Amino acid sequence: MITPEEIKDTVSKAFPVSIIETQDLTGGGDHWQLIIVSPAFEGRGLLEQQRMVHDALREAMRTERIHALTMRLYTPGQWDKLGS
Amino acid sequence: MADEVLTQIDEKVKKNKVMLYMKGTPDFPQCGFSAHTVEILKSYGVPFASEDVLADPTVREGIKRYSNWPTIPQIYIDGKFVGGCDILHELHERGELEPILKAAFGK
Repeated sequence: MITPEEIKDTVSKAFPVSIIETQDLTGGGDHWQLIIVSPAFEGRGLLEQQRMVHDALREAMRTERIHALTMRLYTPGQWDKLGS
Repeated sequence: MADEVLTQIDEKVKKNKVMLYMKGTPDFPQCGFSAHTVEILKSYGVPFASEDVLADPTVREGIKRYSNWPTIPQIYIDGKFVGGCDILHELHERGELEPILKAAFGK
């Protein structure tokens, strides 16, 4: 189990993040959906982008504090195009 | 022992055009992400092989080491690791999955 604050904190320490939103999918604190917008995703493929997030949260995932993780990752340009 | 499972995985990944490591089976997926992945693959009507990681803890751990990817499901096309459920979904939505599958089966 992990708090949204800790997720946000850990990820933003690993790379610059302009938006990060977390959703607890089950209410149990270990199934998370993340939306992250970061300039650091620029020029990287889908695999590489997700690996950056995995790497940031490696410890929490390894210890099963995060059991399931689903994410939507965007560069600032992609995010703007979504019209948000 | 540990490396045996990696060799086993490597053989399956290379032998099958589309290889899916999942929780459960295509007919009885045991996790929402695995279910969604199967649904996407089935929508293309291509044959795919799968292995249930819940049936074998050594495969469940081994597949994570094989790809250096911490979650399941994992999809391999033409011997190459493509990603998990999120990435397959994204490729499917962008229309990029079809050319990848076509290239794999066109050979």
